[in-house]
Amino acid sequence: MGKKGDKMSEVEKSTWKTKVGLAEMLKGGVIMDVTNAEQAKIAEDAGAVAVMALERVPADIRKEGGVARMASLRVIKEIMEVVSIPVMAKARIGHFAEAQVLESIGVDFVDESEVLTPADEFYHIDKHAFKVPFVCGCRDLGDALRRIGEGAAMIRTKGEAGSGNIVEAVRHMRSVVSEMNRLKTMRHEELMTYAKNLGAPYDLVVEVAKTGKLPVPNFSAGGIATPADASLMMQLGAEAVFVGSGIFKSQDPAKRAKAIVDATTYYNKPEVIAELSMDLGEAMPGLDIRQMEEKDKFSTRG
Amino acid sequence: MIKKTNIIIGVLALQGAVEPHIKMLKQLGVDATAVRSPEEIDQIDGLIIPGGESTTVGKLMARYGIDKKIIIRAKEGMPIMGTCTGMILLAKEIVESAQLRLGLIDCAILRNAFGRQVDSFEADLSIDQIGEPAYRAVFIRAPYALKTGDNVNVLARHNGRAVLIRQGNLLGCAFHPELTDDTRVHEYFLQLVKDWVKEGSAC
Repeated sequence: MGKKGDKMSEVEKSTWKTKVGLAEMLKGGVIMDVTNAEQAKIAEDAGAVAVMALERVPADIRKEGGVARMASLRVIKEIMEVVSIPVMAKARIGHFAEAQVLESIGVDFVDESEVLTPADEFYHIDKHAFKVPFVCGCRDLGDALRRIGEGAAMIRTKGEAGSGNIVEAVRHMRSVVSEMNRLKTMRHEELMTYAKNLGAPYDLVVEVAKTGKLPVPNFSAGGIATPADASLMMQLGAEAVFVGSGIFKSQDPAKRAKAIVDATTYYNKPEVIAELSMDLGEAMPGLDIRQMEEKDKFSTRG
Repeated sequence: MIKKTNIIIGVLALQGAVEPHIKMLKQLGVDATAVRSPEEIDQIDGLIIPGGESTTVGKLMARYGIDKKIIIRAKEGMPIMGTCTGMILLAKEIVESAQLRLGLIDCAILRNAFGRQVDSFEADLSIDQIGEPAYRAVFIRAPYALKTGDNVNVLARHNGRAVLIRQGNLLGCAFHPELTDDTRVHEYFLQLVKDWVKEGSAC
């Protein structure tokens, strides 16, 4: 294979390295939810590293109810035509046929997302079987490692999408990070029992114990609405952020989008965040998670 | 002479795959640091502009006055390696795009030139400057140089396309040397930095 002097080098497409590699390239950036080509253009002009195509932003899914499915393929195609940055799209949890369709039209990343109505209450998609990379949500380290075991090339906190409330994203990020820190201090013989209790693949648990971090990039999503929210998540250990309803449900989406992009780069410079947060207009309206009923939470799905 | 300070390489950390570069440089025994401001770019001996999204990084460069500083340092002769997004930003021309670029390497770059993410690939490259064996390169939504000026050397091609180019102190790399275990491209860049630093301390 690939012997020296071969005229054509051996080319392998869609390897694990190229999948995780794309996630690496998105680090330090902001991925924005958009519902049409016009919004996608605004996101790109503001400096988004990628856009996430969906039919309705989470805040509207929450308000309008009903079954939330993969976005219209026509709209996704239009978005792919107007922007040069990667285009992601959501598939329902377990709905591998939606994922196959998204892969066939050439989206760059599939989000197997709890924001859409789950299609399978027991199983997630076998993501290794795809050429397109996947991102999945998690609430804790066990979730994260199960999804990586299934082939996710990127992990994000679930947070509580469409709530404008950062509290769940914080809970999930803190949980993942503190469990990783615990693992680092464990003796080797403790790892099997810990893996069993987490419900996570043993070899991934061993890897995290050694490196102290997830084997794929670890992003944050769900409830980010302000530059300071982005800064908070980055300081807590997120390597990039997703902003859903927070941009296009705010008073001045273009300005807010740009401010959140800059805040994600200069997340540890409060004076920059302060400057960026002036005169942004109204943020999206928020929801108190403690007033929500269990059935209305997206983060408990999957 | 002997107490000449250590070389410091900056990795531009506006957005993108910063950490893998820093890790690889440290592995090679070099001081590496993330840089985000014009002042920090004054403190380094060589710069890597990593992979990321070129439209995002370009905008942040312009908003924070970083583009101007990089151009000044490049003209002083400081070596700069741009990988993927970095290669795009170093170019004089970006095909069918008005996005910000530094305009330093005399070439025209085609973005996403091998297709979308599902077409991202690994391939062996033969690069004379780093020798045998072949270099296993990772291409992610990668660009290539469609045209290069007379002062630009093409160091590697994939299927005839220019994917590693050099113009004096500037290196443009369409693939991701930071995502492999092979340190030879970074070592080649470090040699440019060492030569430049030596030149400077001689006068």
